Amino acid sequence: MTQSVVVQVGQCGNQVGCRFWDLALREHAHVNKKGVYDEALSSFFRNVDLRNDGGSCGVGGKIENLKARAVLVDMEEGVVNEILQGPLREVFDSTQFLTDVSGSGNNWAVGHMTYGSAYREQIVDKLRKTAEHCDCLQCFFLIHSMGGGTGSGLGTRVLSMLEEEFPEVCRIVTSIYPSAEDDVITSPYNSILAMKELTEHADCVLPIENQALVHIVNKIKHMSHCGKPGSVIKTDTTVMSGQGGLSRAEKPFDTMNNIVANLLLNITSSARFEGSLNMDLNEIAMNLVPFPRMHYLVPSLTPLYTLADVSVPPRRLDQMFSDAFSKDHQLIRADPKHSLYLACALMVRGNVQVSDLRRNIER
Amino acid sequence: MEPKVINQTICRSAKSGRWRYGETSHFSQKQGCGNNWAHGFCVHGPRHRDVVEELVRREVERCDRLAGLMAMMSVAGGTGSGVGAYITRYLRDVYPKSFILNHLTWPYGTGEVIVQNYNSVLTLAHLYHHSDAILVHENDTVHRICSQLLNIKHISFTDVNRVIAHQLGSILQPALTTDSNGIYSRNPLGELVGSLACHPEYKLLSVSTIPQMPSSSIAYSTFSWPGLLKHLRQMLISNSKMEECIDWQVQLPSASERTRTLLGSSFNTSLANLLILRGKDVYSAETGSFEDPALYSSWLSPEEAFNVWKSPVIFNKYEKSATLVSNSKALLRPLDNMLGKAWNMFASRAYIHQYVKFGISEEDFLDSFTFLEQVISSYNQL
Repeated sequence: MTQSVVVQVGQCGNQVGCRFWDLALREHAHVNKKGVYDEALSSFFRNVDLRNDGGSCGVGGKIENLKARAVLVDMEEGVVNEILQGPLREVFDSTQFLTDVSGSGNNWAVGHMTYGSAYREQIVDKLRKTAEHCDCLQCFFLIHSMGGGTGSGLGTRVLSMLEEEFPEVCRIVTSIYPSAEDDVITSPYNSILAMKELTEHADCVLPIENQALVHIVNKIKHMSHCGKPGSVIKTDTTVMSGQGGLSRAEKPFDTMNNIVANLLLNITSSARFEGSLNMDLNEIAMNLVPFPRMHYLVPSLTPLYTLADVSVPPRRLDQMFSDAFSKDHQLIRADPKHSLYLACALMVRGNVQVSDLRRNIER
Repeated sequence: MEPKVINQTICRSAKSGRWRYGETSHFSQKQGCGNNWAHGFCVHGPRHRDVVEELVRREVERCDRLAGLMAMMSVAGGTGSGVGAYITRYLRDVYPKSFILNHLTWPYGTGEVIVQNYNSVLTLAHLYHHSDAILVHENDTVHRICSQLLNIKHISFTDVNRVIAHQLGSILQPALTTDSNGIYSRNPLGELVGSLACHPEYKLLSVSTIPQMPSSSIAYSTFSWPGLLKHLRQMLISNSKMEECIDWQVQLPSASERTRTLLGSSFNTSLANLLILRGKDVYSAETGSFEDPALYSSWLSPEEAFNVWKSPVIFNKYEKSATLVSNSKALLRPLDNMLGKAWNMFASRAYIHQYVKFGISEEDFLDSFTFLEQVISSYNQL
């Protein structure tokens, strides 16, 4: 089973990353009832025996203590400290953090040039150590925002470092793009400068827009409030809230970050769990990137809320397929139906048969 | 190249309690080929060649008499097509006198993988040089069999695979051939290849089996040899793979008006046919209708083009079953479609950079395209 490493840069990156680890732990807890450290877990976590001073255990043993394969970078201490004090502190090691005090001041140049050169060796060192703990490293996930200073500046610098040090490992970048009403004034500059780096160095990019996420969250709240008779909507789904997970208090961006975390989990699920038609991560990059510079993929997620009844009748399933193509479910505000689709991939998770898939593809 | 499926298969076979794979007869790596033919052919193939050769050699040495090697793979993915093509070429070098039959699974026309057309073109072009015969199963056709004949509502890959296995089993189970003089043939692969793939340009084989029905209705149906054979013959002529939707309008042109231009697109000329009959009263079956010279091309006489194998043992609960393996124009249309789509993608050079990264250049693509065009035109002239 191949492993992936998650690199979180900047405030936004770290907050999304935090939700991601929370959801990943919950998903695995749901699937893995026996507490055995199996192959699926090893793709994101390492099993560490604390008594052995950090030596890692092999696959098949009991779960001792899970450590996430992640590197967290931020030039301000606030967010990282919050993670360290929260319930996820067990999952991270002190060697995985890199922080500074003053921050980048929403300036791409400060993040990219100043901090990039100052912390270069440390970052490379941490990345290399994390990579060495993996048997077979398949891909790096980079989570960052495009509007700020650290996320976009230092994040893109880290991306080019990854390309230098690990050229054969795939780099999948999840970038949060600023929306029209953004609170950072210099965000257009930061985004443009970062985008040039992304086009050069990333293997594929999943752009996500805050505005689209707000829209989706509002739609879910609307659905749960208007309460159609005969359909009960679970407001407690993993998409919406972290209730039942490790964190209790809800922070403002949490629901939106949950959606992004879900997206990442679903993309990697085929690589981690077995199924009848598996799609590995490098297959995603292979199939959806026809030309080297055109690697921006529009992600879209269905369903966004679950109804109380579990067995989904075929009509509902067909509705899900149509929804996947509708622009309301996309995580970025764009309208592909009126433009041209270059390539398109449907990843289905759960109790769906080949015949359902074919019927819908033919539609 | 990925461990998940192999582990699943080995577990499932061990669970059935009746047979299982040997402990050491599998090989997998951690990371797959990413649907990239070039990755499979140029990188994984050579890297793991020795290990795979060792495994095959061990199995071969355990055989008293090696009839041949059969490779089963898909053409759409990366490992099956790329590594499969490499291994076939390598096995041909190591065992030059054995027969090699490749069984290919053709993907759905609507697409499972975006680059499946590229992978299929490259695989076929390479396999044609090294394998003796290529037996093709299309996912589309088998899916239709499952839904219309077997009445399965939610078709999963297990059902599709079961149909394919049934068809393969009915070919490869022991049978009495014309050469075996009253005992079961010891060389089924060789005789199959020898009777069907008689010309190096024509190696594509297709299979039709009759009857196919859900196991619940077998008890209520009766079969007769003339009925079965008549259906099968019409299936051959009209190029349909199922008992329903046979076009009875398609008839053979009479010998006098047989010109090339009159042959409508629906009439299916064969180069060679092999009929396998299993079940009760097999010796009374009349197969003369298959020896009609109008069915075959002009340069091969029907006596040589048509062979029959028989076995009185019933197969898979069907009291009487007949299988036809034919080397005909049946696969022409899917092949043509696939080649057209691949060419369209190639014209805009889409995805080529992914293949070039691993060592397949544009010339390799062009060579494969021209080779397959040639195969298509040879079949068209049958």
